[in-house]
Amino acid sequence: MNVAMFYLLSAIILIFSVLSVTTRKILRAAVYLLFVLIGTSGIYFQLNYEFLAAVQLTLYAGGIVVLIIFSILLTHHISHKFERPALFNLLGGIAVAAIGAGAVLYTVFDHQFVASTAPALDVNMTAIGEQLLGMDKNGYVLPFELISILLLAALISAVVVAKKGKETEEL
Amino acid sequence: MIEGIPIYHFLIVSTIMFFVGVCGFIIRRNLITMLMAVELILNSVNINFVVFNRYLYPDQLQGHFFTLFIVGVAATEAAVAIALIINIYRRFKSIEVQNVSEMKF
Amino acid sequence: MTGYAYTVLIPLIPLCMFLVLGLLTVKWKPIVFGIMGTVGMGTSFVLSLITAINYFFVVGPGPNGFEPIIATKVTWLRLTEFLHIDLGVMLDPISVMMLVVITTVSLMVHLYSMGYMKGEVGFQRFYAFLSLFSFSMLGLVLATNIFQMYIFWELVGVSSFLLIGYYYEKPSAVAASKKAFIVTRFADLGFLIGILVLSFYTKTFDFADLTAPNTTIFAESASVSFIGVSVFTWAMLLIFMGGAGKSAMFPLHIWLPDAMEGPTPVSALIHAATMVVAGVYLVARMFPVFHFQAPGALEVVAWVGGFTSLFAAVIAMTQFDIKRVLAFSTLSQIGYMMLALGVSGYGGEEGLGYMASMFHLFTHAMFKALLFLGAGSIIHAVHSNDMNDMGGLRKYMPITHITFLIACLTISGIPPFSGFFSKDEILVAAHNYSNTLFSIEYITAGLTAFYMFRLYFRVFWGNERHYHHTPHESPLVMTIPLMVLAFASIFSGFLPFSELVTSDKIGFETETHLMVALPSVLIGVLGIVVAWILYKKESLVPKSITEKLGIVYTATFNKFYIDEVYLFVTKRVIFNYISRPVAWFDRQIIDGFMVGIGKVTEKTSYEIKEMQSGQLQHYAFAFVAGTLILVLSLLYCLV
Repeated sequence: MNVAMFYLLSAIILIFSVLSVTTRKILRAAVYLLFVLIGTSGIYFQLNYEFLAAVQLTLYAGGIVVLIIFSILLTHHISHKFERPALFNLLGGIAVAAIGAGAVLYTVFDHQFVASTAPALDVNMTAIGEQLLGMDKNGYVLPFELISILLLAALISAVVVAKKGKETEEL
Repeated sequence: MIEGIPIYHFLIVSTIMFFVGVCGFIIRRNLITMLMAVELILNSVNINFVVFNRYLYPDQLQGHFFTLFIVGVAATEAAVAIALIINIYRRFKSIEVQNVSEMKF
Repeated sequence: MTGYAYTVLIPLIPLCMFLVLGLLTVKWKPIVFGIMGTVGMGTSFVLSLITAINYFFVVGPGPNGFEPIIATKVTWLRLTEFLHIDLGVMLDPISVMMLVVITTVSLMVHLYSMGYMKGEVGFQRFYAFLSLFSFSMLGLVLATNIFQMYIFWELVGVSSFLLIGYYYEKPSAVAASKKAFIVTRFADLGFLIGILVLSFYTKTFDFADLTAPNTTIFAESASVSFIGVSVFTWAMLLIFMGGAGKSAMFPLHIWLPDAMEGPTPVSALIHAATMVVAGVYLVARMFPVFHFQAPGALEVVAWVGGFTSLFAAVIAMTQFDIKRVLAFSTLSQIGYMMLALGVSGYGGEEGLGYMASMFHLFTHAMFKALLFLGAGSIIHAVHSNDMNDMGGLRKYMPITHITFLIACLTISGIPPFSGFFSKDEILVAAHNYSNTLFSIEYITAGLTAFYMFRLYFRVFWGNERHYHHTPHESPLVMTIPLMVLAFASIFSGFLPFSELVTSDKIGFETETHLMVALPSVLIGVLGIVVAWILYKKESLVPKSITEKLGIVYTATFNKFYIDEVYLFVTKRVIFNYISRPVAWFDRQIIDGFMVGIGKVTEKTSYEIKEMQSGQLQHYAFAFVAGTLILVLSLLYCLV
């Protein structure tokens, strides 16, 4: 059951990611991206990282994709269709991607992964919360604070950048 | 850990997803779709972190937290990028990159 | 020894005055600056006088004559263990004598300028430069080592340049200042090379080491020679070249007549009394080295001096610009001093020429400054330099007239004026050395008397000219210096110089040599009489004589075309055949190469800038491909 589920999710992820970068309708691309993200969160569920999967769903699927769709609606007509990509870019992009994928896969298969034999940690909310705000060896309070400041800065800068300035009105 | 599925299968999925993102980043001409390609790339990296965490170091949570932070960074990045895109759209009435070639010279 | 520590103030006070006057920007009455400069100079003068009285009379000579005293000394630059450049104050008979000469003349000139320069633009600048010059000249004579002397030597050159070019709006003044600077600078190059050669072989700059009579520092390299002549002869010849440039010896004399473009007090101070005798001072300072190590160079000094004195005297007879007459007369007199040094021996009676040279330097400074200041007074009254515009001035300017007459008698060597004594000693020294030089000097003495009295009669006697306004006697501030200097000209001949300033610093007795003195006085009187006949009343006789002389006169009037020769050599030969090709090479080849590099870069960048398309995909592609190449090469190639 799990195995079949995994392959199904993998197929969804791969197919929709390819579709998302090839479709010529932008809203569809966004929706395909949504599917990819949901598939990813399914994989997190399968790996027993429920919290992460929830974050993936809410933040990515619920936040970023919605943001993207908003911006699409602000800047495009829904029926807008892309031109075909330039041939040079198309061939170059595919070639680079193929070579890169080949190299990485070769490296991955060449490598012998050695799993730790330590007993698996029970990933519950208490453990996550304690480590995220912990100040001991495995504590992540500093990156946590950094991220919070980064988010604040991004929030402010997004407002400033997207604000309709006086000088832009003149243009 | 999913019984019966080797780590390699996850890595294949994430690698392909990563390079599909790279490919999309290169071939797409629209700023928003380029942003989506970047999201794909970040997502594939996330999968890698999570899988390594679960398969190789199940007694720790480093990969888990890294993924968490990457999600946060991706969110900020998307927010700023979209602000920029909207600004560019205002200025050039287009978000096709070939129309936005002010970076020249 | 420490009793002389205050002597360092003598040059420092003018330096302070220069800084104060040069940097002060307040708008006071100009006369205030003049008074400031004069008071500063006066302090230096008093200190110098005290030093001289102390040195010569209170302390007096030791068993080995006058001891040189190092009053202060600071090591300024340490080059090697032996070789270091010091700055200090050295007192010995000639430097103390020079102190008195410089400060006296400088003080007189400071005082005189308050009247002469009244109302000129840049009065303050004038006094600043005068102070700078006084400082440099005092530093020069007080130098403890040859390098310090060189430093001040150049400073003197610079201040001379500044003062000749004082009227910088006048093109001729600018040209003259450039000429003076370039010619002397060219000569100083020889001086510098000479210093380097000398110090290379002796490993010292110090005068104390170099001029000690029994020194052994020369023995080591005495046999070293270059093109058949010992290196020390070369070094001394090169050093003499520097001296010849500053003292305007033939053939480097061309700058001095032009330097008369400067204000007249400047001519009196720099181009008559002090700076131009720096070359004589230099040779005197290095005299033991010349005498013991490079007698050949000393012979050159004698002949150059002798020739210049005659040459300049001949030209002086034909000039009409009164300052130029005086300038050529200066050349002639400095030639005398050089000659005297050249013919001198070392020690006692042998060193008569040395003592005579210094004596003449002293008296010449007084009477030549007097002549120049007198000429300045005349120019001040008549507003012209040309003799033809003057005549019959004796009625209007009695003080100038009398003092000028005294100076003319002095330079002509009429007893009992001071010039008689010093010139007599020189003639005796030349007589002992070479008959040719003696006769040259003898003729020159006659010519000197003639041209000075030609000047005197034409200016003060003869018919009155039509003046713009009635000439009047100069104000007191200008006549007082004239009177003081006239006093000095009359009486300085009675100073017991032979007991004070001698080659080995041990005094000796001199007596008047009647066999030499009498004919020299006679030829002086003869010159005066000829001038009296020709110029007392205006007549056509001089004109007819010049016409008969024809080409000889023209050549002399044009200073034997030496300037033209220089111009030909520099402009035609050097500019055309050396500078032009070098300039062409520089412009076309060197610059072309650089311009070529620039052009190629510009073209290339213009071509490849198309790579910057501004298309985001291109950049992205380049970025990803580059990363890929790096990763792959790190993974597979570089392991």
